[in-house]
Amino acid sequence: MKTAAHRALDAASVRGVTYADARVVSIRNRSLTVKNGRVGHASESESLGIGVRVMAGGAWGFAASADLSRASVEAAAARAVEIAQASARVKREDVRLAPEPAAVAEWTTPYKLDPFATSVEQNLDLLLKVDAEMRAVAGVTLAETGMNFQREESWFLSSEGARIHQTKYSTGAGYTAYAFAGSEIQKRSYPNSFGGQWQNRGYEQIEEMKLVENARRVAEEAVALHHAAQCPEGTATIILDGSQLGLQIHESIGHPIELDRVLGMEANFAGTSFLTLEKLGNLRYASDLVNVVADARQEHGPGLGTFAYDDEGVAAQSTPIITNGRFTGYLSSRETAHTIGAARSGGTLRAEGWNRLPMIRMTNVSILPGEKPMSLEQLIAATDDGIYMETNKSWSIDDKRYNFQFGCEIAWEIKNGKRVRMLKNPSYSGITTEFWNSMDAICSRDEWTLWGTPNCGKGQPQQVVGTGHGASPARFRNIRVGSAYQGS
Amino acid sequence: MLTKEKAANIFDRIRRFSSADEVEAIFTGSRFALTRFANNAIHQNVEEENSIVSIRTNFAGRTARATANQFDDESLRRAVAVSENLARVQAPDPDLLPMPTADEANSGDKLADKSVRATRFFDETAAITPADRAEVVKSIVSVAGKHKLTTAGIYSTSESREGIFNSRGLANWHHQTLAEISITMLAEDSSGWQKLNSPDVRNLNPARLAETAAQKAVDSAHPREIAPGKYTVILEPAAVLDIVGFMFWDYSGVAILDQRSFLNDRIGAKLFGENINICDDAEHPLQAGSPFDGEGMRRQRVQLVENGVVKRVVYARATAQKMKNSEYAGKVGPIEPTGHGFPLPNEMGEMPLNIVFGGPENPRSVEEMIASTERGVLVTRLWYIREVDPYEKIVTGMTRDGTFLVENGKIQCGLRNFRFNQSLISMLSNVEAMSAPVRASGEESFDMVVPAMKVKKFNFTEATKF
Repeated sequence: MKTAAHRALDAASVRGVTYADARVVSIRNRSLTVKNGRVGHASESESLGIGVRVMAGGAWGFAASADLSRASVEAAAARAVEIAQASARVKREDVRLAPEPAAVAEWTTPYKLDPFATSVEQNLDLLLKVDAEMRAVAGVTLAETGMNFQREESWFLSSEGARIHQTKYSTGAGYTAYAFAGSEIQKRSYPNSFGGQWQNRGYEQIEEMKLVENARRVAEEAVALHHAAQCPEGTATIILDGSQLGLQIHESIGHPIELDRVLGMEANFAGTSFLTLEKLGNLRYASDLVNVVADARQEHGPGLGTFAYDDEGVAAQSTPIITNGRFTGYLSSRETAHTIGAARSGGTLRAEGWNRLPMIRMTNVSILPGEKPMSLEQLIAATDDGIYMETNKSWSIDDKRYNFQFGCEIAWEIKNGKRVRMLKNPSYSGITTEFWNSMDAICSRDEWTLWGTPNCGKGQPQQVVGTGHGASPARFRNIRVGSAYQGS
Repeated sequence: MLTKEKAANIFDRIRRFSSADEVEAIFTGSRFALTRFANNAIHQNVEEENSIVSIRTNFAGRTARATANQFDDESLRRAVAVSENLARVQAPDPDLLPMPTADEANSGDKLADKSVRATRFFDETAAITPADRAEVVKSIVSVAGKHKLTTAGIYSTSESREGIFNSRGLANWHHQTLAEISITMLAEDSSGWQKLNSPDVRNLNPARLAETAAQKAVDSAHPREIAPGKYTVILEPAAVLDIVGFMFWDYSGVAILDQRSFLNDRIGAKLFGENINICDDAEHPLQAGSPFDGEGMRRQRVQLVENGVVKRVVYARATAQKMKNSEYAGKVGPIEPTGHGFPLPNEMGEMPLNIVFGGPENPRSVEEMIASTERGVLVTRLWYIREVDPYEKIVTGMTRDGTFLVENGKIQCGLRNFRFNQSLISMLSNVEAMSAPVRASGEESFDMVVPAMKVKKFNFTEATKF
């Protein structure tokens, strides 16, 4: 594999490029689902190829090929140079790369159990047990469970001398119980919706999830929602569970701090950002209690945004994003670092695979837990009147990341520190900075989980990568609730 | 680049490596290039070439799939072995059918003379070079400069091949090209957008798209904020396709059997206005894509909605069989395989992906819709649409890149963008006027042939800050 990358760099260098890198990536994936007692989907896939990125005439070109023969790799490098020369015909200024020491490194995700060493029978047996538990509950009309593993091995070589070999494992699993009755479809998911919980770990993560143990409760809640009261419309104190807060961070902090968005590079598709450059260090993003970091290092945890080096060879870092409520950092790359006066990239460039250009992506964008010990039940007990919402059901935010609306699968009304009744179809909405400035309590480390979002889309052609979001439950005051059903 | 002959050769090797009762291979291959621009310059410029084989094996009611992008014997043997291992460990599925023969798969091809089938492969598109794309981008940047705007967007071209072979003699093949341009024009506090694609690059007019996007940015400058509420809206075709796309997952036999469709207990009912007619038609001249489904079955033309009445849903082969034996059999209209299945195994079943809206008796242009509107909102594009309620089909999302106040038959000014929470059932019951359908492309749903629509009582619930 290294030979192919070397050949690409050699072929590019003789064509007069000022910079080149080559990534050979091999990805293996296993995907299993069970639906209503039967295997829904059983598949594995492998993908191998090389992506060559070059700079010529002050502009970028990128070409990728699945064919690792000498002729094909050299042709891809030559094509990348031709493309860069075409790019240079419509440029405003030369691309500037922040300096970065050329790393020579080997790294593998720490794991206990290689997921691909587990048998398919073992995997399916677990999913079928979960499925049976859910379908044992009267009123469940559809039970869906799923499990996914991925192994990504990459070799990164650059014309500056970087030689990095990384292997990343990720695992994910989860399930949903649906109940259709009358004119309503209700659902409940565990441990999270839209694919469950994902981390960069081995199969040990799946074993620790307590999937079977929670299946019946989750299914019973799906059925019970049919008898619950509708979430009211109005203004309320809300408490969000950690998984929903993780998605709130993803959408209203993680995306707006992407420096390429801020600089207009995503304007045609994903959009721009309200976090214009003059706000760095000046904006009161959130209340004093809010501290957010973008941390790709292993010591932050095994998130989907954890690695040793990003896809342009920059070492994993921790960047303070919000410090005691003040906006303090962006997600940056070698190309964009100079726009914020940074001497070095923040190390966030990642690609979906060998055939995609790396771009700025969230790493693990996490809110730090409260320092004062507080459990979720203590937080609820300390709330006179509010709504506790759990597990995302829908999410939407405008293209500058101001106005958002989230729906959750389930909620409970809180009166005098106690959950008094279940609510269905809960939703809340607001403006990003107003929302984060209204946070007045957050649970402590015991309630903190590094959630995985496996399906973050960005770029043209679109790339889907996984991101991590550590969060514990938190409370927000004077939030608009119920607007999703307003007027309908 | 993969050819049908090369694929047939690979499939012969796969068959030799397999001990399964039946074997299927789906081939996809493409050369895809995309030039991306922002801040009036090209900032990303990519090209890739890849070919994939996806192998499905069957053993007496058990099936599984393995995919690879390397075609040496070792890689193919490994993929076959993985597929067989995944299949063997399962319990038999009584609903799994034998793979279709070529006769069965192609029996739905109603075209008497196959030679007249319109090609979707154009040499002019396949021949576009990086330099050609750069010249087009330069012309778009020039339009931005003329209007003192900043532009961002893409120009992509691709050549793709898709084939399906199975051990019962099926060997279907499709190749096509596609060119796509998407342009955003940005001003200080406003923006405009246009997007179009076609298999034939000659159908795209970059200068006209750029001028339209620029005019929208100019005309929506200094947007006013008006209170959210129920408004008459004029949705341009891209806005229509992005929002209605969220209901087509439900026009599926499996969705009905799973009781996750908003059409549960509603097939045969008049759910929409009398003026709503929708079919799925892969052969429509404005459609693109393959004429066969994930099992190789020829895609049929299916009338989904007629005069507002939901007539039926689409079916993969196994779903049709299952539906016929289900308690819903007498309540869901015609039940037969329609050539809309996803590659097996899957849990979603099928879906119509070549949607064509019927044209109205008296089509009205967007300009005529504006002229007939006392007070309303003109919407260029919708964004970040997600489902809020699966049965009432309430979806939420935002307007974007050109939202205008219409008063007394004229565009008055740009508006700050709105959030909507809108039932699609209610929306398609409130359509007052439609244009002639056109091929349209957005970002939230797949490409369709749809009209612009004038809709009353569209439900805006909040406004954002720009």
